[in-house]
Amino acid sequence: MAETSTRIHNIGYRSYEGSRLGRAYARRSLYSQSLRGAYGLGRSAKSKVLPMLLFAVMCLPAAIIVAVAIAVPGSKDLPLKYTSYALYLQMVIGLYLASQAPQSVSRDLRFKTVPLYFSRPIERVDYVVAKYAAMVSALFILTAAPLLVMYIGALLAKFDFADQTKGFAQGMVSVLLLSLLFGGIGLVMAALTPRRGFGVAAVIALLVIPYGAVTAVQGVAYGTDNTGAIEWMGLFSPITLIDGVQTAFLGATSAFPGGYGPSAGTGVVYLLVVFALIAGSYAALMSRYRKAGL
Amino acid sequence: MTVIATESLSKRYTKVTALDRLSLDIGPGVTGLVGANGAGKSTLIKILLGLSPATEGRAAVLGLDVATHGSAIRERVGYMPEHDCLPPDVSATEFVVHMARMSGLPPTAARERTADTLRHVGLYEERYRPIGGYSTGMKQRVKLAQALVHDPQLVLLDEPTNGLDPVGRDEMLGLIRRVYTDFGISVLVTSHLLGELERTCDHVVVVDGGKLLRSSSTSDFTQITATLAVEVTDSDTHPDGTRALREALVTAGVALHPGEEQGLPGAGHILLVEATGEETYDIVRDTVAGLGLGLVRMEQRRHHIAEVFRDDQQQGHQDPEAARRAAAWAANTAATAHAAQKGAGTDG
Repeated sequence: MAETSTRIHNIGYRSYEGSRLGRAYARRSLYSQSLRGAYGLGRSAKSKVLPMLLFAVMCLPAAIIVAVAIAVPGSKDLPLKYTSYALYLQMVIGLYLASQAPQSVSRDLRFKTVPLYFSRPIERVDYVVAKYAAMVSALFILTAAPLLVMYIGALLAKFDFADQTKGFAQGMVSVLLLSLLFGGIGLVMAALTPRRGFGVAAVIALLVIPYGAVTAVQGVAYGTDNTGAIEWMGLFSPITLIDGVQTAFLGATSAFPGGYGPSAGTGVVYLLVVFALIAGSYAALMSRYRKAGL
Repeated sequence: MTVIATESLSKRYTKVTALDRLSLDIGPGVTGLVGANGAGKSTLIKILLGLSPATEGRAAVLGLDVATHGSAIRERVGYMPEHDCLPPDVSATEFVVHMARMSGLPPTAARERTADTLRHVGLYEERYRPIGGYSTGMKQRVKLAQALVHDPQLVLLDEPTNGLDPVGRDEMLGLIRRVYTDFGISVLVTSHLLGELERTCDHVVVVDGGKLLRSSSTSDFTQITATLAVEVTDSDTHPDGTRALREALVTAGVALHPGEEQGLPGAGHILLVEATGEETYDIVRDTVAGLGLGLVRMEQRRHHIAEVFRDDQQQGHQDPEAARRAAAWAANTAATAHAAQKGAGTDG
């Protein structure tokens, strides 16, 4: 003990003989740093405000739903399906993604920190995987937390356990898919530019403009009784893709006009498009960082 | 022991040849890699870190092949880039801890090593403040710290003195020297200024147009013959002390450097004496004493590396093309070194 306390005053250089945990550990470190960063942890107090606020906004309606369900006598189920929750709060999810995806990747590009990462034991694939996984995890926490609140509330209210568990599980699968899809396209948009502001704008544009267009065209199709076209329109915006997949496979009620969601057959196409977009996002990120090395 | 070895290493892009059959053998110590902008220095560093495949040839760092062991090399090597690479909104401590973990250090070790390393590069209380508020000199220290934090066996420093004022430049060069002498870490440092490397490096490698121009130890470059600068006072018996001394020295058979130093303050009063051995110092001392003059200074003045280049091409040791380029470039560097010397004061 005495030995170590005297060492404090020894200002000579000490070499490091301890363990070096290598590439997998470095990748995990980057993942946890990026995930924490997505909620402002380990960053300035100012950068904690927005993610924490959005997280609270995301969870608050769930808490109200639970409170109402418990307070209303004789209720047998939650007033809202688990799978519908993310659709109703898609603006909050969009804002979160638009603010945090550029934070995660644009900063490294803008301040040219990327070359420092690549001078470490990690490879390009480790950087992309760590950043992607961190963004997906952050989105999953954001979207799964309110569902968990609803599920716990439903169990406290002694609603049917099997029903609730099934609904909750379907909701979880849905938000996981949503996190993978949104995380991927959000990071690709953000990684296109070192400018954070452009990144924010690009992400919002990608989520809002196709959704607005799809909804408008679907509305027209519904108004002119072309209901068969409605289920195909949903392929062209991220959130309606998720809507379609969960309507076809996860027992969700579609938010499409008139509830004309895709059938199981069309649903396969939805699922393929979602997987193609996720794989495409990953490939786009990999090629983006081929040039961004040193 | 060899730290860096390359064998006919070439790197060709579609239009440019960045490296052209470069063969190097670099041992432990501080090695300077000198070349004009675009000479292939950064390309070489990229290849040595295993980040960019060579078009042909082989390279090994610390005995590991760069083509197959990139990850293992990067675990044992530190890299300080030329450009800015620091996020402004985090503190130096947070940033360096993160970079230490990216090199594989466990969390506790990363924190301890960060505190140690930042102290060694000369950052104290300010290390808890966001990097955005740092001066250029402090940022360069943080960049150096992140390259040293995992206790590498070799650091690659790309233009570490870029953007620093003369004092900051000297401090950085001193620090680089200490990285080897005190920390035992070998250094490869690039610069386009020969003058600044001759003070820091044990060995200098000069590349131009992706080709090896010259590789030898700094003492070979600069200490072929030592030159003494001597300045004396005047006295009543010898109103022009310098002239009296010159005549006396010539009589004593000491070789004087033909050209007196030009353009420096007090140039007319400095004699440049060629020291052939220990006895030259005694002769100068005795001659000055014999004349009854005051000896203001007698100091060793090294040749500048650039002068060696001029000598080389006068002797026609190199092929005409390389010599022509070297001459043009040496003239440039000499001018720069001269200007820097003028700025820094009279001691060479």
